[in-house]
Amino acid sequence: MSRTVEPLLRVENLVTEYTRRGRAPFRALDDVSLEVTAGETLGIVGESGSGKTTLGRTLLGLAPVTSGTVEFRGEDVSHLGRAGRRALSSEIQVVFQDPYSSLNPAMTVRDILTEPLVTAGTDRVEADRRVLTLLDQVRLPVDAGRRYPNEFSGGQRQRIAIARALSRQPSLVVCDEPVSGLDLSNQATVLDLLIDIQESTGVAYLFVTHDLSVVRHVSHRILVMRAGKVVETGDADVVTTTPADPYTRRLLLAAPIPDPDEQRERRRAWRELEEVTP
Amino acid sequence: MTIANDAGAATPGDPGPAAAPDAARPVAGGGVLRTPAVWVPAALLLGIVASAVFAPLLSSASPEFSDIGNTLAGASSGHPLGGDGVGRDVLSRLLHGGRQSMLGALVAVTVATAVGGPTGLFAGFFRGWFDAVAGWVSNLLMAIPGILVLLVVIVAFGNNIYTAMVVFGMLLAPNVFRLVRAAVTGVREELYIDAARVSGLRDLRILRRHVLPVVIAPVIIQAAQLFGIGIIVQAGLEFLGLGDTRSASWGSMLNDAFTNIYLAPRLLVWPSVAIVVTVVLASLMASGVRDAVQGRGRSRSVPRRRAAVESLRAVLPADDELLRVEGLEVAYGDREVVHGISFGLRRGEVLGIVGETGSGKSQTAFSILGLLPSTATLRAQGLTFDGTDLLACDERELNALRGRRIGYIPQEPMTNLDPAFTIGSQLAEPMRRHLGLDRTAARQRAAALLTRVGIRDPGRVLDSYPHELSGGMAQRVLIAGAVSCEPEMLIADEPTTALDVTVQAEVLDVMRSLQEERSMAVVIVTHDLGVVADICDRVLVMRDGHVVETGPVAEVFARPQAQFTQDLLKSTLVGAPLRRPVQTVREGASW
Repeated sequence: MSRTVEPLLRVENLVTEYTRRGRAPFRALDDVSLEVTAGETLGIVGESGSGKTTLGRTLLGLAPVTSGTVEFRGEDVSHLGRAGRRALSSEIQVVFQDPYSSLNPAMTVRDILTEPLVTAGTDRVEADRRVLTLLDQVRLPVDAGRRYPNEFSGGQRQRIAIARALSRQPSLVVCDEPVSGLDLSNQATVLDLLIDIQESTGVAYLFVTHDLSVVRHVSHRILVMRAGKVVETGDADVVTTTPADPYTRRLLLAAPIPDPDEQRERRRAWRELEEVTP
Repeated sequence: MTIANDAGAATPGDPGPAAAPDAARPVAGGGVLRTPAVWVPAALLLGIVASAVFAPLLSSASPEFSDIGNTLAGASSGHPLGGDGVGRDVLSRLLHGGRQSMLGALVAVTVATAVGGPTGLFAGFFRGWFDAVAGWVSNLLMAIPGILVLLVVIVAFGNNIYTAMVVFGMLLAPNVFRLVRAAVTGVREELYIDAARVSGLRDLRILRRHVLPVVIAPVIIQAAQLFGIGIIVQAGLEFLGLGDTRSASWGSMLNDAFTNIYLAPRLLVWPSVAIVVTVVLASLMASGVRDAVQGRGRSRSVPRRRAAVESLRAVLPADDELLRVEGLEVAYGDREVVHGISFGLRRGEVLGIVGETGSGKSQTAFSILGLLPSTATLRAQGLTFDGTDLLACDERELNALRGRRIGYIPQEPMTNLDPAFTIGSQLAEPMRRHLGLDRTAARQRAAALLTRVGIRDPGRVLDSYPHELSGGMAQRVLIAGAVSCEPEMLIADEPTTALDVTVQAEVLDVMRSLQEERSMAVVIVTHDLGVVADICDRVLVMRDGHVVETGPVAEVFARPQAQFTQDLLKSTLVGAPLRRPVQTVREGASW
């Protein structure tokens, strides 16, 4: 019990390249290092093409590791085979951005939720019992299991996807833009749900998003990415109020806020910054 | 096992459970069989199959027994359709012949599906070398002249028509392979496949649970079509005298009829009718299934004809008002999505219409532009632009307004540029039409506009095609296009939703400065309260097709009156609490 605080996930000098026919390989991730400890949320923020989604996919084994290491609980998992990955699937889970594409429209919610369990060898009765707990956990009605994904709104679908990710009680969930497809009111609900679940279970999140206000609200620490590289990393409050890097500052000022007077100030500040760093 | 049921529902006799009514994926549900376009041909086809199966019960005569006295005889009580060239009973041969003809076609279809299906499934799902080899073999097979191969096979392996049909099935396999591979390639990009992988499912299980159901419906449709082709090709071979001509089949009947074509041309009629009817029914059933399955998919393309318009009463606009909307209603069938809203827009004013999904904000914008889909019904007491009653305008008059005096910036820049033309020609065209500029003048003006919207290298962009531009660049081009004819009013539908925040800030900056410079009136439809605060003078908050609140931006944001506006402002995360530090360091999640 007297072990030192060891991170749940440690990524060191991670490089992911995609080969392209007849051209130099495309480097989607360039020397990325990060750590996630149990129970914390690390927010990954960046614009399109920054590599933030690739980072999540690499950790899930859905994108290749060209060099560098990914350690989970002190074990190198960067080049696991299929069997090793399957073993890891009880530990690392995912919630994707698009709750329409991420749920098979031909399966009932119950089947979607029990699939990971049955695959892992849980018997049907136990799996069905677990579905009820999960639905309750994500605040969906008990009879939701009998229905199909298309009977639910975007926010509800995302909660089904969250329930699926939680079904095997993972210790890390990669959340890839889980609220960017949702309306503002649903967005707040889903985020608060994720936070509540984290606080009651101690699951860690790697939270990928382009939205700074979202990442500030949900993260303990934030990592800013640009063009595959880490620009800045630090406590959520520090990164979103007094960022060290000019790119982070531009990113912060570019996001408009719903206060006309303050927004005018921000716009002015952004323009000045724009003139200094074209 | 809902999956298996849903997928199997496309096969006759298994109605399956009530599947998702408008699933995005073409998974056949129980409803398919209830469509008349499917069950009518299916039932008739089943009748033909039954008549072949129960041939001995329907005709007492033997199909192979030759009665010299019955040679080329007409209809009689013992032989309702008469006798053929060697005195065999025509009805009996027709009924029994169906067996060989349809069985042969079935052999071909089975072989084609059994070979092409799994190959396509694996090639599409695993890609890599297997895909490359399978694709190469498939191309090779398709290049081979089929009939020639069949002739060689029959000569080399003896006169067995079933051997020939097995080979023909192999030749058809590439069709199934390609279809299945394309369907699998489409579905493997779906996130639920990735999610299944992350859930620890084995590939075979993913194939069975998530991929196979998507593939089954198109394969069934194609099988029905191939069945028809199989019947025709087999009949063709037998007509040429290949295969065992003594055994009854529709093809061998044609062969016999042809030798007696001058003596008894009517002999040609029966086998021909049998072949044509069977083939047509199979293909009708296939297209019926296809239509039924596709009809359930979400239709993304929207027909751009003008919606039915009904003007209730013209309302005269106030003096400096450029646009007046009075009692606007938009309905799709019985479902009304905009419930009689009214608002005005002064010259040089920027109005934000804000709301969540389904609030009717975009419908309102499209109503002003006259771009509602044809399934929509638009009604209003007044819809006036600078004194012109838009409801009274026909399509030609509207076109003259749009682009010239009313500009439009869409949400998705890429889909609103024609990939086949250069940016230059797309920008110049409206200017030449509306402003009567010649080619050079239009190009010069287009270049100036691009510079104005912050594009540093206008010459290169003018000569580029849309796919060569980034999203932000494309949106700048569309803004340049929207203001090219100096419109008095600009309508922007979520103009920055598809863009990154930094690009959004730049695009909003361009829009604002253009608006100030030309004192354009602007309507911006958005869900982002930040965008409203950034650029709008006045805001219209919509919910469920109603206007909840309207007023100057500063006032509404500082003192929102409606509960909904208050909630909306509260749900923004600006000023939301930060996370408390992780309290206890655990070894992992404590479930």
